Amino acid sequence: MKTWKLLVSLILFVGILYSLNTKFVQIPPLGKFMNPNNGFWTNELTENESSAIEIPGIIEEVKVIYDNQLIPHIFAQNDIDLYKAQGYVTAQNRLWQMEFQTHASAGRLSEIVGSAAIDYDREQRRKGMVFGAEKALESMQNSPEVLSYIEAYRDGVNSYINGLTKADYPVEYKLLDYKPEPWTLKKTALLLMYMTDMLAGRDSDFEYTNMLKKYGSETFDLLFPDFFKVQDPVIPQERDWGSWQVNVPNTPERYMATDLATGLMDKPHPDNGSNNWAVGPDKSYSGNPILANDPHLGLNLPSIWYAIQLHSPSQNVFGVSLPGAAGIVIGFNNDISWGVTNATRDVKDWYKINFKDKSNSEYLHDGVWKKVDKRIEEIKIKGAPSLFDTVSYSHHGPIAYDENFGLTDERVGFAMKWIGHSGGNNQKTLIELNKAKNYDDYVSALSHYVAPAQNFIFSSNEGDIALWINGKFPNKWEGQGKFVLDGSNPEHDWQGFIPHEHNAHVKNPERGFVSSANQHPTDEAYPYYVFNDGYETYRNRVINDFFRSKEKFTIQDFKDLHNNNYNLKAAELLPTVFEKIDRTQLNDSENSYLDQLSDWDFYNDIDQVGPTIWERFWIHLRRSVWDEIDSLEFEAAYPKTYQTVHLLISEPELDFMDIVETPEKETASDLFLLSFKAAVKDLKNIERKNETLNWGDYKGTFVGHLLQGLPAFSRFNLPIGGNSGIVNATSKNHGPSWRMIVEMSNPPKAYGIYPGGQSGNPGSKFYDNYVDTWAAGEYLELNFMQSKENQSNTLFTQTLKSQK
Amino acid sequence: MKKYTLNFALTIIITWIASMFLPWWSVMVAGVLSGAIVRLQKASTFIVPFLAIAVFWMVQAWILSSTNDFILASKISVLLGIGENPILLILITGIIGGIAAGVSGLLGNQVGAAISPNTK
Repeated sequence: MKTWKLLVSLILFVGILYSLNTKFVQIPPLGKFMNPNNGFWTNELTENESSAIEIPGIIEEVKVIYDNQLIPHIFAQNDIDLYKAQGYVTAQNRLWQMEFQTHASAGRLSEIVGSAAIDYDREQRRKGMVFGAEKALESMQNSPEVLSYIEAYRDGVNSYINGLTKADYPVEYKLLDYKPEPWTLKKTALLLMYMTDMLAGRDSDFEYTNMLKKYGSETFDLLFPDFFKVQDPVIPQERDWGSWQVNVPNTPERYMATDLATGLMDKPHPDNGSNNWAVGPDKSYSGNPILANDPHLGLNLPSIWYAIQLHSPSQNVFGVSLPGAAGIVIGFNNDISWGVTNATRDVKDWYKINFKDKSNSEYLHDGVWKKVDKRIEEIKIKGAPSLFDTVSYSHHGPIAYDENFGLTDERVGFAMKWIGHSGGNNQKTLIELNKAKNYDDYVSALSHYVAPAQNFIFSSNEGDIALWINGKFPNKWEGQGKFVLDGSNPEHDWQGFIPHEHNAHVKNPERGFVSSANQHPTDEAYPYYVFNDGYETYRNRVINDFFRSKEKFTIQDFKDLHNNNYNLKAAELLPTVFEKIDRTQLNDSENSYLDQLSDWDFYNDIDQVGPTIWERFWIHLRRSVWDEIDSLEFEAAYPKTYQTVHLLISEPELDFMDIVETPEKETASDLFLLSFKAAVKDLKNIERKNETLNWGDYKGTFVGHLLQGLPAFSRFNLPIGGNSGIVNATSKNHGPSWRMIVEMSNPPKAYGIYPGGQSGNPGSKFYDNYVDTWAAGEYLELNFMQSKENQSNTLFTQTLKSQK
Repeated sequence: MKKYTLNFALTIIITWIASMFLPWWSVMVAGVLSGAIVRLQKASTFIVPFLAIAVFWMVQAWILSSTNDFILASKISVLLGIGENPILLILITGIIGGIAAGVSGLLGNQVGAAISPNTK
């Protein structure tokens, strides 16, 4: 009797223990997760306490003052302590994110989330992300000074991790039931690779090759021109390149690759880009240069940026950092300010590989069989055995597509040649920029930089403004890498690099301002071959027209431009639509929508219906122009918006205007009519569902938690205008990830905001407290402290010192 | 009545001490120990440790959350699919802790019986 009672209660006991300690699919282990001793309840905390913290190896006491926005201002007495403190402080606020992003970079998400991430992880491994990080780490290790700083940063992060109890782990660890591992130098390199992939990881080589094969070169060039009809490049067209001695390699014979890969890897978001601009003394209301920047990236929580001030005897610098990297990426000091936009360029090429036999161990190059280097990738999977994948490396780079991925022919492969695999010491650039005092320091800092290439904008208190299109660019022959290349022909290899001093740049141009918005770096006169599949065509013209529109500019003008919602794309196409569309074919209701659209002033403001009508119309119009491409049975590319608009206006009877499915032969005017009718149908449905057609409600901008937008930790339906292609580039989940304006007064006056908050803890009121300010188009006044004494408006202070 | 109070208090005290070096299942250790030391009868074997830990966890959760305006509790309640309802979340926390402790109380009682068969 007693024995079975004991047995039953024991079984019950074990059952409850097991089920409350185990994660079931999406449900966290409830006992672990909910207990108030070290479950999520201990993350119910807003940072608010002064403290003294012991950190092994701190040389001299460091003071960290947190201002009322939770921005840390670190005052160290030497640079080693400074970066150690940066590591500690950043981890304190952003540990989970730092580790998650580097796991994502390295293709290790399956370890955390299980088999759902296997495809993603395999792609990261096949892209050679870890290989690239190892190369970057080698470059950093060749510079003893940089090495000592990133080691200090690492030690700072680790001393934070070592001081954690289970109760202190960020809540995401508890939710997914795992724990942080030590920070390493390689993780810093992986973070930099994560950015390189995000910003320099796009290409369309396979798609373009397919399109060329299908349509021939004449049609291809019409659909995908290297230069657009109207352009306003980053470097003003007046710039004369005549004095340079330039050698561009000869173009070999034409080559067309066959048997291309299918099921291509995911690409980074096409809108990853940015704006920056600066006015010199002549165009500034005060005579001080003013500079602005807003990088456009996916809108996530925790934010990709972390604001911080770093002060030591050798520097005093403020701006935003990337959690995981030492120093500041976009910011200012007392002498200079700088910012970046993506300088997109085709720096990822594909080479067709012919293997000797099906063992895939040798490939043909320059008439001889060369050995591949095989890397075995172990992908650990939570709750399942590891998956192993072998990636072969040629001298070009990883043979990402082979019979195990994207191809069926066991003797063919496609190797990736990517600037991301060539090492480089971007940390050195950041650390030197942070301390730079003038134009020469800035140029010297830029010379170490490799990828992702950026348009580094600059202004100084000496009155200089400048812009360098900066990165390591292969010196390509005309057309090299636009289509898939021949991996056996040495003439198809990259032949060298453009010397740093020949990277396009401009200092103090006559027009009195510099700017960039991911458009063409130069016009056709630049002596090197420049190509990319996605140069920007709208924002840059709105920005430059604005700076040509008047004599003097104020900080308020800069704020207005950041928040400018002018839709140039719609403004360029709609007049033609209104002229050509056959109104007699529209019913009353359709005509009333058209009236509303023609009353629109082309601003994508939240309370307007015009942008919503335009958007639905454009979606249908674009689809009906390129319906031929939709139905292709290979990996295809779509022409850019600018070219689509241009063709609709200037070649209304082009064959592509025809809708293949219908017996009639359509022209652009027919497409306007059909697309508008289809749009009205959509609009009526939307009106029924949302009760409004207002742009803000329709767009529904959100900032999503890094775990696939976990709704509980995300912010939805933010009232902010703009869209992709507009200076205020805020689309549904993408847009200005940091807005900064700096006037080079003494000391500088600076404003900044990002859609997030300093704390990575969803339980903190500093988790998302900037979001509403950002959506409203407002800024924080950045408190650039000149000394650690007598600071007001602070939350608390931490003192970091070594153990006694 | 005195036994109830004793078991109730003992469960909380052991939990409090054990949780300094054991994970969340310190409540289960406490349930077993207090159930074996202060043996109760019938349903109270489950109910008393259940109430002890339910109250203990709810009070702790309340203190942590109320001082931070229930920011995280609101989000976690959405995450767990019960809508934005921190109070319900606190109640569920109590029930989970309570069940763990109650079941342990049952086992403790049986262990107590096995060790000293003469006392009831």
